[in-house]
Amino acid sequence: MWEQQAAFSVLALAMGSAALGVVRSRNVVHAALFLVVVLAGAAAIYILLAAEFTAWVQVLIYIGAVVILFLFGIMLTRAPMRGESRLDNDQRWGAVVVSLFVLGVLVALLVDAFGGQDIHFGHELVNLGRTGNVGLSIFRTYVVPFEVVSMLLLAALVGAVVLARKD
Amino acid sequence: MELNEFLILAAFLFCTGIYGVLARRNGVLVLMSVELMLNAVNINLVAFSAFTKNVSGQVFALFVITIAAAEVGVGLAIVLLIYRNLRSPDLDEIDQLKG
Repeated sequence: MWEQQAAFSVLALAMGSAALGVVRSRNVVHAALFLVVVLAGAAAIYILLAAEFTAWVQVLIYIGAVVILFLFGIMLTRAPMRGESRLDNDQRWGAVVVSLFVLGVLVALLVDAFGGQDIHFGHELVNLGRTGNVGLSIFRTYVVPFEVVSMLLLAALVGAVVLARKD
Repeated sequence: MELNEFLILAAFLFCTGIYGVLARRNGVLVLMSVELMLNAVNINLVAFSAFTKNVSGQVFALFVITIAAAEVGVGLAIVLLIYRNLRSPDLDEIDQLKG
């Protein structure tokens, strides 16, 4: 049990500091690379929770596709690379207050609602996250949302092409 | 392990994302902060999936990942359009409805 605890502590520390790096970095490309650390940490958390299929989808789609899209966006908008222009606006202290307030409310609520409840690891959990099991759930219980999501992806594809096309 | 450890990590990531959305000017960085918030939600979904021993949480996490990918595609197209029209990716400069 302590191995999982230790792995979780390392991951949580890395993800927390990298998330702060995403929102505090003076350099846009560094922010994208910090985002990679957060996304990879999330994939490792999924592995820790025995959700292997979700973890690999996270690696493929987020780290493989979304981050590359971000890097393309950074290059195409010629974002400042060395902090020569301000990346933050002047609502910074208001934003700190709002996010600390939300964090406080959420933590108080979570401790009140789920304090002392444990996740039990074991064979049941490993079987739950198997790809076959997830696939059965997608194509039996959630087949209609699955088709709706495919329509959404098509609409997003067409919309992105229409928006970004040079006339 | 306690369920709350995962939930509080996700709450921290979510609040970092809120800070980023509110405090960043660059459109690409705002989209990155939105991704942080979506990831926090995914961690919650997978943690609850493991807690209740029900696979639905993982399936919903997959749906959220798909929708996040679509959102980034359209969002970056919009940021590119703003950059093309205003020569700057800063969201503070879109104030033409201000009068």
